[in-house]
Amino acid sequence: MTSVVSPVSTAAPAAAAVPGPGSADRGVVAASFLLQRWRWADLALLVLLLCGYLFAERHLALATSVLVAIVFALSLDLAQGYGGIETLGHAAFFGVGAYAAALYATHVSPEPLSGLAVAGACAAVVGALTAFAVVRAHGLTQIMLTLAVATVLYELANVFKGITGGDDGLGGFDVAPLFGRFAFDLFGHTGYWYAAGVLLVVYALCKALVNTPFGLVVQGIRENPVRMRMLGVPVVPRLVTLYAVAAGVAGIAGGLAAQVNRVVGMDALSFTASANVLVMLALGGTGRLYGAFFGAIVFVLLSDRAAVINPTYWLAALGVLLILVVRFAPRGLSGGLKGLR
Amino acid sequence: MNAPVLELQGLSKRYGALQVTRDVNLQLAAGARHALIGPNGAGKSTLVHQITGLVRPNAGRVLLAGSDVTTLAPQARVRRGLARTFQINSLFDRLTVGENVALALAARHGLDGRFGRPLARRPALLDEAAALLESVGLLTLAQRPVQALAYGQRRLVEIALALALQPQVLLLDEPVAGVPSTEGHRLFELLERLPAEVAVLVIEHDMALVFRFARRITVLVEGAVLLEGPTDEVRRDARVRDVYLGTRGHA
Repeated sequence: MTSVVSPVSTAAPAAAAVPGPGSADRGVVAASFLLQRWRWADLALLVLLLCGYLFAERHLALATSVLVAIVFALSLDLAQGYGGIETLGHAAFFGVGAYAAALYATHVSPEPLSGLAVAGACAAVVGALTAFAVVRAHGLTQIMLTLAVATVLYELANVFKGITGGDDGLGGFDVAPLFGRFAFDLFGHTGYWYAAGVLLVVYALCKALVNTPFGLVVQGIRENPVRMRMLGVPVVPRLVTLYAVAAGVAGIAGGLAAQVNRVVGMDALSFTASANVLVMLALGGTGRLYGAFFGAIVFVLLSDRAAVINPTYWLAALGVLLILVVRFAPRGLSGGLKGLR
Repeated sequence: MNAPVLELQGLSKRYGALQVTRDVNLQLAAGARHALIGPNGAGKSTLVHQITGLVRPNAGRVLLAGSDVTTLAPQARVRRGLARTFQINSLFDRLTVGENVALALAARHGLDGRFGRPLARRPALLDEAAALLESVGLLTLAQRPVQALAYGQRRLVEIALALALQPQVLLLDEPVAGVPSTEGHRLFELLERLPAEVAVLVIEHDMALVFRFARRITVLVEGAVLLEGPTDEVRRDARVRDVYLGTRGHA
């Protein structure tokens, strides 16, 4: 094959072939990429974290669970929002991460950061192993497969009570001070900042990931897998990678939850947990990372407040909100905000 | 005669009792301008699917540049120099025109699994994308999402994606389908400027365009090759008029 720059022979040489003037055209194309850039909105995130700490002093546990939920929702956004993988079993990876972190703290080391790494790695491995079945399927079949994986893991946790504690859960493990200095106090101050730090790192990595060539390719697969194959891209391996990464992030969220709560229950693997994170993302909006923040904050805070106001019918409030969002803002709460893509 | 870059040997495909293609033989040399014509339901699209690998034939072989690719997956055939456009626009609708073309270029350069620099920060790739978009007249629309384009413009993106792969063999599946005739002519002007060494197989219903573009024509009827030959011969052949062009057949 000849290495022509312009694939069709034009009378005049293509402007981009000569250095200098071509940079204008280059800029035109460069500007066509809808990258996840760092924006002022991201600074607002830091402010939000600070405010969360200052104003939620009496509710630090709740504020921390919001941060965990955001990490979890970010992971779902990678798989579903960017890769188009439909899942109703994402809690499988949250749960694996949670149990991995708890078991690691119990049997290996109470050091939190290595525990978090182990949680992410275990979940990523489970994600990679199940991905081969999940990413080949589509639509309802795919949803059922993810549900099946989560259900099997849930039942396994039930069967192996000796390891997981079954219904009683896994507790009583220690988490060593962060960096050997900051002990996890009873009031959750360290826990909050620990979760905030993890969230920031995960968010930055997600942002970088979706901007990479791989990140654009999985969006292409989401849009049109057949065409992607006809561009020469092996679709299944790319989706397997994405699913494993997303599972790893969910595992980190689970590990984080285990470490700050010092207890892991089977609800971490439950269908409810899978459904909740799906609702969060639907509320917030998919495929733009910001949705995870909006969705998780609204979902967790509203559930908490509604449950205080009416302990019996609190779920109805969420239901009504979900209906309103789907009806009036199908792209989610973050969808209406211009510039957040 | 050059060695064929695309060769079909006895391709047959059957769905139950329905024989869609039967014993189709076809050879394309480098630089070929070949048209595949035939009435609706003649098996043209199924034949294209068998060439690209989306459909496995029951019998026969597909050879790309002399090597047997009959059992290879579509993406593997693409990496061996086969590209196609789709009859119905098949693009990445919510992505921009620039991103669409960049995806194809990234695939050709083997960047599709990379975690490094964004494509937007790779000057060589951007220049290539800009030149490609300029050549099909889409540069000014680079920042639009594909779904916001007019139909004819999306046809151009189809072609740009295929060209981005710098294929040895290019299959054009009804490239002007659904495009107003003036735009159709413009599209074929673009196709006439394709690199001379690329072997092009075009499926098209617009006979005026086919006769203008193709140097050889294969006529497919009920899944079998009725006739193959230089454009002028096929054009004059009475059987073709009967079967395909009908009694009004003249060009």
